[in-house]
Amino acid sequence: MTPQAQDRTLELRNVSRRFGATVALDDVSLTIASGEIICLVGQSGCGKSTLLRMIAGVDVIDGGRILLNGQEVSGPSRFVEPEDRKIGFVFQDYALFPHLTVEQNILFGLRRRPKQEATARTAEVIAHIGIVHLKERYPHMLSGGEQQRVALARALAPQPDILLMDEPFSNLDRGLREKVRDETLSLLKGLGTTVIMVTHDPEEALSAGDRVVLMKAGRIVQAGSGYDLHDRPVSAYAAEFFCAFNKVSGAYRNGHVETAIGRFAQALDAGDGTPLTLYIRPQGISVTPGPGGDLSGQLKSRMFLGEVEQLAISVDGLEQPLQVRTMHRLPPDTETVGLSVLPDSWLVFPAA
Amino acid sequence: MISAVRSWPKGRAGTRWLLGAGIIACLVMLPVIALFLQAIQGSAGLWSHLVSTVLPTALVDTGILLVGVGLITAILGTSTAWLVTAYAFPGRRLLEWALLLPLAVPTYIIAYAYLDILHPIGPVQGAIRWLLGYSSAREFRLPDVRSMTGCILLLGFVLYPYVYIPTRAMFLTQSANLIDASRTLGISRRAVFWHVALPLARPAVAVGVSLALMETLNDIGASEFLGVRTLTVSIYTTWITRTDLPGASQIALSLLMVVVALVAFEKWARGKQRYSTGAQRSRAFEPRRVSPAKGLVLLSAGIVPILIGFGAPAIYLVNEAWKRIEFAGISPRFLSEAFNTIVLASAATIITVLFGLLVAYASRLRPGAATAWLQRLSTLGYAAPGTVVAIGVLIVLATFDGFIDRTAMAWFGVSTGLLFIGSGAALLYAYSVRFLAISAGGIDAGLARIPVSFDHASRVLGQSAAGTFRHVHLPLSKAAITAAGLLVFVDCVKELPATLLLRPLNVETFATHLYGEAARGTYEEASIAALAIVAIGILPVILLSRMGQGRQ
Repeated sequence: MTPQAQDRTLELRNVSRRFGATVALDDVSLTIASGEIICLVGQSGCGKSTLLRMIAGVDVIDGGRILLNGQEVSGPSRFVEPEDRKIGFVFQDYALFPHLTVEQNILFGLRRRPKQEATARTAEVIAHIGIVHLKERYPHMLSGGEQQRVALARALAPQPDILLMDEPFSNLDRGLREKVRDETLSLLKGLGTTVIMVTHDPEEALSAGDRVVLMKAGRIVQAGSGYDLHDRPVSAYAAEFFCAFNKVSGAYRNGHVETAIGRFAQALDAGDGTPLTLYIRPQGISVTPGPGGDLSGQLKSRMFLGEVEQLAISVDGLEQPLQVRTMHRLPPDTETVGLSVLPDSWLVFPAA
Repeated sequence: MISAVRSWPKGRAGTRWLLGAGIIACLVMLPVIALFLQAIQGSAGLWSHLVSTVLPTALVDTGILLVGVGLITAILGTSTAWLVTAYAFPGRRLLEWALLLPLAVPTYIIAYAYLDILHPIGPVQGAIRWLLGYSSAREFRLPDVRSMTGCILLLGFVLYPYVYIPTRAMFLTQSANLIDASRTLGISRRAVFWHVALPLARPAVAVGVSLALMETLNDIGASEFLGVRTLTVSIYTTWITRTDLPGASQIALSLLMVVVALVAFEKWARGKQRYSTGAQRSRAFEPRRVSPAKGLVLLSAGIVPILIGFGAPAIYLVNEAWKRIEFAGISPRFLSEAFNTIVLASAATIITVLFGLLVAYASRLRPGAATAWLQRLSTLGYAAPGTVVAIGVLIVLATFDGFIDRTAMAWFGVSTGLLFIGSGAALLYAYSVRFLAISAGGIDAGLARIPVSFDHASRVLGQSAAGTFRHVHLPLSKAAITAAGLLVFVDCVKELPATLLLRPLNVETFATHLYGEAARGTYEEASIAALAIVAIGILPVILLSRMGQGRQ
């Protein structure tokens, strides 16, 4: 998917940033089209929040260029101050000004406009987000969910070209989080806003974004749709980020990966005997009580999680028991089980 | 934060703030550099003259004074802090903040007051004679307060709050869990103080003692009135009576060495220990209830330092001032001194707070090694005693005045005379150099409480760096800025050594008037001026006690 030149809202070209000896961003390139919702995901310290700050212009880059609507905003020749970039930002702590009411907080970003227009726009946003009843209040009088909505309203009020959100839902309770996330995203989709959202939660990344960008140590590991990243990860790191795989070591032979638990057909451009690791999804193994299936194992422990049950099954020839997630109910006294690895539920990567 | 020198893209906000902070750091450094240059310029012969005459006595006296004051403040500050944190007795809350009151009494005022209170024919000695049945001062008298011992004791009783404040805070925040733990490990309640609480509080005591000793080095009035020839006094007399600037700067440089030694001592006394508060919120220290009788003893013990350091001199001053006002009313001279004091202190406060804002905000806009250094250099003046700063400022502005005078002479044929030194600009300069640490530090602490995301939010919402400062930082740190301003104002009112050296001709403030009369041994209106200074000095005590309350 290469966006057309005219709707390339944001382009990052070989962006780098160092803090002393630490490399926070290393040669990051990314193009974001108008109306896209992008999720930046990765472990803490991977550079995702730094990238957001570079785009907003609240920090500078050491190398590369950032272009907004085709204009350079950060680069060797030019630096546009954050106040001149038309970018909205929802902060992790919301950063609502405690000395201003909700209404004044929203007006804050409209100071450059004529007063009448600013007031009208504020009223419009307040009505749209559904926070009319909160507008006289101060931030400390609001619940977490309310603060999040006010922060969103404040960021959207100046009609930014891009909305940046840094872990916008991480401060909310678990039950509330999903509700607020769904509401927020459907609102943003309705407005057609371009959004870049940072999260460390793999599930949130997969469900929220049109495109997911996985980062590690200041570099982009993989960018693509949620299905791409989950089903077709380009590396072992990407695979393990989204799924707790069972890892079984093996070797390549004759178009197959040979392991202690069987041969798996996989055409690879590799010589015979190349060491490989087989990654099997926990839900990709079917279990039946008693001996049977392709393989038999001993049930070591079981943990009932509600919808599924997590089983640890030891198999001869494997050092670690296999982790299996199944919806199938096994009898309480089960000891020996039969196992089959389902097709399309495993991946192969070079041995670590 | 580690940050390599980096070339910033042009037009990035904060450059002007950074430049301003750089200029301020230079202004602060200038007197110290000038002092250094002047001192090495002085002939080598002068050095040997100093070494053979003034320096040995001055160094020995300063050394004895520092050791004595250090011991007294450490003992008084630590024991009073332990008293109000470890024991619960009626009047403890009152004692907690009343123990701060001696802070309101500058060293030269306590000396001035006790010279009269303990005078052989004064109230105390008179009462003792009456009690013992003697009739005249010839038959019985106490040892003269005008001595090294007198000076050490008096300074100790007004400076101990510098130890009391940090030590008490340390007892309150650190000890609770550790003391409980040590008691379960079999250490008796009494032994806890020596084995746990005191070792834990050592860094706080070290910080407090070093602050008290800085004040001791800064003192000029008390030492001089009580006949102790410290380095500070020597600098003053070398300049005032002998007009010997190179000599004065050489002694000033020696004094600066003592300050450096003091800072080194503080670092050493703190040791390698790092006391972090721990991630979990530590429980408040639970004071132990004592019997009413014991409570009364503890209360009386706590009142003694307050009485000596604040009560007695305050009552004396009120009494003397009242007598004077009844006798002669308030003279126009007093009013003009009040005017001078307030105008000078206010002008210095405005400058110092503005500089402090600039320095603090510059390091917020551009966090990194550069601004950290600028901030460190800008706040250097607080460690330098007033006389050292004054001599440095004198050299800088005398050079500058001379340059302007010569230029004006050459170009326009007019002599401008001593433009800066004569106008009071020199004094404002010295005040700002000396007290910038208070304002920058206070404002920095205020700004630190504002999350950085507020800055980013404001910038992204269309405000420039300056606009963010005006609309976000200023309203949110108003209290911190006001408090910093108040502290600077009060310190300017109390300041004596620099004021004495740099005030324009014939301009008297409360402090200089008091000094003049005490030095001459006359006691006309000085008590009113002293009372005014103490009254103003109580303001930060109130502020401090309220902050202390908030922390609990």
